[in-house]
Amino acid sequence: MIYNREYETMTRSDLAQLQIERLQTTLNRVYRHVAFYHETFDREGVDLEKVRSLDDLQRLPFTTKEDLRRSYPYGMFAVPLRDIVRLHASSGTTGQPIVVGYTRNDLQHWSEVVARTLSAAGVTEHDVVQIAFQYSLFTGGLGFHYGAERLGAAVIPASSHTNATEQILIMRDYKTSVLVTMPSHALALAAARAALPQQPGDWPLKIGIFGAEPWSEELRRHIEERLHLTAYDSYGLTEIIGPGISGECVHRNGLHVNEDHFIVEVINPLTLAPSAAGAAGELVFTTITKEGFPLVRYRTGDVAALNPAPCACGRTLARMSRVARRADDLISIRGRKLFPTQLQEMVRASGGLAPQVRVVLSRVAEEDALDLQVAFAEDFGGLDEVRQVEQIRQTLTQRIEQAFGLTPKITFVEFPTLLRNCGAKNLRVVDNRPA
Amino acid sequence: MLRIRNLQAGYGKLRVLRGVSLHVRAGELVTIIGANGAGKTTLLHTVAGLVPAQGGEIEFDGTDLTRVAAYSIVGHGCALVPEGRQVFAVMSVEENLLLGAYTRPTRDRAGVRETLESVYRLFPVLRERRRQYAGTLSGGEQQMVAIGRARMAQPRLLMLDEPSMGLAPLVVKDIFKTLAGLHAAGVTILLVEQNARAALAIADRGYVMETGAILMEGAARDLLNNNDVQRAYLGKDYQSIGERTLPGAETQRQTR
Repeated sequence: MIYNREYETMTRSDLAQLQIERLQTTLNRVYRHVAFYHETFDREGVDLEKVRSLDDLQRLPFTTKEDLRRSYPYGMFAVPLRDIVRLHASSGTTGQPIVVGYTRNDLQHWSEVVARTLSAAGVTEHDVVQIAFQYSLFTGGLGFHYGAERLGAAVIPASSHTNATEQILIMRDYKTSVLVTMPSHALALAAARAALPQQPGDWPLKIGIFGAEPWSEELRRHIEERLHLTAYDSYGLTEIIGPGISGECVHRNGLHVNEDHFIVEVINPLTLAPSAAGAAGELVFTTITKEGFPLVRYRTGDVAALNPAPCACGRTLARMSRVARRADDLISIRGRKLFPTQLQEMVRASGGLAPQVRVVLSRVAEEDALDLQVAFAEDFGGLDEVRQVEQIRQTLTQRIEQAFGLTPKITFVEFPTLLRNCGAKNLRVVDNRPA
Repeated sequence: MLRIRNLQAGYGKLRVLRGVSLHVRAGELVTIIGANGAGKTTLLHTVAGLVPAQGGEIEFDGTDLTRVAAYSIVGHGCALVPEGRQVFAVMSVEENLLLGAYTRPTRDRAGVRETLESVYRLFPVLRERRRQYAGTLSGGEQQMVAIGRARMAQPRLLMLDEPSMGLAPLVVKDIFKTLAGLHAAGVTILLVEQNARAALAIADRGYVMETGAILMEGAARDLLNNNDVQRAYLGKDYQSIGERTLPGAETQRQTR
């Protein structure tokens, strides 16, 4: 289903016209209202009248997470606070949080793009949507909530305060047909469901929309098997808007970017030059309808490729590949390069372990050491068997050795401690090595 | 239908349009709002060929209008209802209307007659006064003549410059009702207005123009919701943005 046929299926040429118009208005506004952009454009000698086509966007300076941190809390707002009706903040996984503000129109547009994401996955007004994202400063909960309401679905604001069993009981009794949460949380819910004394027979759950952390195809299959649903990927970023930047349609062949609201570029994170067509690189977004918190060429650190070809679903909006890793958290250790998500994937594959991982890098006797802090899954039964525990440690160690040629230290910690130390993304990297 | 990119225009050394991009799709009613001197009229005049473009493109159904002479732009299907009506005072209403059909072939007499009838159906009062000098009509009736005259060319795009200017509130209401009716009948309209509330009430989309540049584009309803637009163009100060307007007060504002 296509929520907004007019915009989601417009010709690429009409879209280009709309994008350049909206880009120009955004540039005119940020230059007038945001000191950061006024100064940056002046310093870099940017003449806004010379931004005549989408290609000219490449000549504009980037906005980085550092820029946003320096302007904490309200420095990047383009309207006075009296025009802001909602505040959210990024999770602060890797440092100080970033505060973002929405005007009334921003909230309307946000609801619209999230409604599109839901609709693309087949959600309709007949569905009962359980939102198990946290309702907080985090954009996941309220973002999906308003989008699902806009679509006309029955929304259960389950949030994530309740424990997994309670969520499952709600799901069973309220006849939830759509689950919206993080993939790792979906796994926890699947475990809680399997632990129910009586397996419910009639289970209307059919669609899962997951996001807020990278997740593999393997994990997708795993969740689908255990929860008996079709799982869709959704991509969002607090700084840009939250959920609703892009999402998969029923063909699940890339995530359609809502290009009438966000211009997406793919760059080489090292040279900062545009990536070759279709090649993977760092995603860069420019908001072109945001009023409260507009951003020009924001570097996301997320790595994906872009496909502008029309999709079998009828949408003309370009598709981005699923984000598998981040450009900026590449770990360099003893000359080897690896992404923490790769370690997380191995932990997941080893069986019996919780998906949360804390990676601690340190230097012992002039040599880099990799310490992987993991915990046993709540439903893991072999805790008393020393042999089984050692087996898991060995398998995981061997896999990492084979893949990266270095031996990690595996530390088992208490699950609640790990959960507390890992944050919303279930993954934290702590680098204690002296510079 | 109409696609404008990076349009620059001005008068001598005075630069008015500083890279304006906008579009109108077939069947849309699009409005450009903005204060006096923002460049709205210059924009329409540049599209109509009355002011030469100094840079940028105006693409109208595939034709580059910046290369078309002013007198043949109407023939391409793009007609302007100028600010202040500009009817020929010493000509009759019907003569004024027939002038609007000057681009149509002389042998198409029956077709012109038919269009004239449709204008009279749109504005029955013009039929009653068709023999009267246009200069003796009221401001509202003259505006009808100006709109009717533009319709006579059977344009695919109708551009209007401040149709509400100098008219009594009730007459303005009538004119906007007519425009909404034309829009509902499928006519594509580009409307420049200072009466932002009235224009946004009937428009699909709008652009906010300031000092020769576009500051905002969006659905008319979004622009009505924007606090900057409310403060600058709808006469609401920030204290009253959060206050709900009484139904009576709202009508007063609309007709003011």
